[in-house]
Amino acid sequence: MSFFLKGVHVPHRKSTENKPALRLPVPKTVTIPMAMHIGAPARPTVKVGDNVKVGSLIGEATGAISAPVYASISGKVTKISEIITSNGSKVPAVTIESDGEMLRDEAVCPPSVKSREELVEAIRKSGIVGLGGAGFPTYVKFNVDPAKIEELIINGAECEPYITSDTLTMTERADDMEYALKEIKKYFGIKRVIIGIEANKKKAIASMKALAGKLEGVEVAVLPTLYPQGGEKVLIYHTTKKTVPVGKLPIDVGCVVINCTTLASIGSYLRDGMPLTEKCVTVDGGSVKEPCNVIAPIGAPLSALFELCGGFTSYPEKVLYGGPMMGIAVPDIDAPVLKNTNAVLALTEKEAKLPKTTACIRCGSCTNNCPFGLAAAEILLAYDKKDTERLKALSVEACMECGCCSFLCPANRPLVQTNKLAKILLKEEKAKEANKNG
Amino acid sequence: MADLLRLSVSPHIHSGRSTAGIMRDVLIALAPTAIAGTIIFGLRSLLVIAVCVASCVIFEALFNIITKKEQTVGDLSAALTGLLLALNLPSTAPIWQCAVGSFFAIIIVKCLFGGIGCNLVNPAITARVFMLVAFGSMAKPAFPTIVDTVSGATPLVNMANGNEAPKLTDLLLGLKGGAIGEVCAIALIAGFVYLLIRRVITWHIPTAFVGSVFIFSLFAESFDFTKALAMILSGGLLIGAIFMATDYVTSPATPAGKIIFGVGAGLLTFLIRYFGVYPEGVSFAILFMNILTPYIEAWTARKVFGGKKS
Repeated sequence: MSFFLKGVHVPHRKSTENKPALRLPVPKTVTIPMAMHIGAPARPTVKVGDNVKVGSLIGEATGAISAPVYASISGKVTKISEIITSNGSKVPAVTIESDGEMLRDEAVCPPSVKSREELVEAIRKSGIVGLGGAGFPTYVKFNVDPAKIEELIINGAECEPYITSDTLTMTERADDMEYALKEIKKYFGIKRVIIGIEANKKKAIASMKALAGKLEGVEVAVLPTLYPQGGEKVLIYHTTKKTVPVGKLPIDVGCVVINCTTLASIGSYLRDGMPLTEKCVTVDGGSVKEPCNVIAPIGAPLSALFELCGGFTSYPEKVLYGGPMMGIAVPDIDAPVLKNTNAVLALTEKEAKLPKTTACIRCGSCTNNCPFGLAAAEILLAYDKKDTERLKALSVEACMECGCCSFLCPANRPLVQTNKLAKILLKEEKAKEANKNG
Repeated sequence: MADLLRLSVSPHIHSGRSTAGIMRDVLIALAPTAIAGTIIFGLRSLLVIAVCVASCVIFEALFNIITKKEQTVGDLSAALTGLLLALNLPSTAPIWQCAVGSFFAIIIVKCLFGGIGCNLVNPAITARVFMLVAFGSMAKPAFPTIVDTVSGATPLVNMANGNEAPKLTDLLLGLKGGAIGEVCAIALIAGFVYLLIRRVITWHIPTAFVGSVFIFSLFAESFDFTKALAMILSGGLLIGAIFMATDYVTSPATPAGKIIFGVGAGLLTFLIRYFGVYPEGVSFAILFMNILTPYIEAWTARKVFGGKKS
């Protein structure tokens, strides 16, 4: 195995890197979905007409993997409706009309943490989920036998084009990160913490090196600027040389990976007690007049963020949650800011234009540049035949959907797109077999 | 429609690489060779090139029209096949033979197998072999109007007859008999460097191919470096190794597979040159390795990260 996994050089376009974040004026209304995380949606605990304040619980967690949801502004609940999330499922959403006061809920106070169990419970209550974009409830990662954790890896790679919100966390919120690390190290007895950052983020590296100097067992790993450096298994390999087997989790090799903004959010919750109710979001893309990072209450409509950034130079062709490599296209410009939204991009027609799909010329660039060595072109052929045995043999389940294959394909074939479908096909087949046998 | 947003699955951006762009790069890489060939063998070379390129493009266009397929000549692959075929012919090749060879390359080898990406063997190489067998097209080699590839007094034939190896400078500049595009080593190497810089190809196949011919020849010539060097600078080895053996469709995509392919082609070239009936074996070697490509690819498939050991 080579020293570094393969990847691609994507354009950086990090024009918001050196600008301070703007704070969004309190929006008139916010719409807060009950599913902004992987796992069971939260259940609304408020009804229409209730008064809420910033930090009031409005949705409770409903399963082993779930996360509570809190009000991000003060005001009155005006609507509880079903909205369609970007993955197509319907979830309840609570709409709050602002009273313009941003009053803090009196019940919000720093949690008392005196044991590991209390720390995990505090993280659960904070409503924090994987803020790098995945949205996996963070407490679940820490709900493990502490003896198993050999390394805690802080993901500051931020390898997607445009996005700089994590960089801003590392430069502006090092104190929150430090506080969280101290607490986690204390209660979990973690000996080694590695902060992984791509080499092109000089300021973030300097800030994190200063942090590492203050804490024992914390180191900064400066990584090649190569997408998808921030992919969990990629980051683990590059910082520890450990390989996570296909179908296994980081904890199976003794690693816990959390995003740097997730860590900072844990710190600020432990210090202040305010759960996750606002998010720093990179607002960028060719259609945005003055790209900038914006701190916005969760549930704020994307249109308000664009407006704060000077509006559009031309109406966007595509609006995305997240980066252009793995982000999700949004159907509605008034879609809400979610917990795991790290960027919203408004792409011009030119930026969003993809070349025509033509015949495969067997150049091998998909396989040769796949971080995991998957043969995307072969997977596409097998998927077309619905050959599930072949799909398994090609290990399509290992795909992290980074999109390097499609990005590079000179024939612009739907490679990663087919990988996603193939993974669903295998899951469905597994479910069918489980039904038959059980 | 102004306020509608486009929805699609990620990724939302593309590198801009395209089939046509890749083919264009190979055409550019072949330009020095085509120009050198024209200087060395005279203006008739241009006629051969023009006829081959034009007929390849026209045959593919007609095939797509007749079979009601999407027009693909815009990807420049037919033009490239035409140029490669021309560069593999002597400047004296009869025009009608050029057209028949182009028909064979494009229609028989490429289109009938399903078009770009589906052909099993390299169209230009296969057409060259076809013309060699059908017309003895290399039987009367052209010599520099200032020499031919397969017979008469090309360097390979001379050496096979036990004569002295030609001067290295002549070999590098291309002052020798042969096909239009195989004589000027400097121009071919310039094209190789361009393709490497543009990342169109990797070093594996050309280096393994030329390197193995050099090493085998070195043993056969009892470590006479000059002769071994003449061996790799003669005949169609450079154009074959750099431009034809590296065809994506008909060569392995894995680095290890490329090395096996290169060494295999090198060994076959050496065997044909030293022990075969023909003085030159590059085309046959590439053609044979083309057929083995799917097997080589299966043997050398990349191990999946974190996957079970196969």
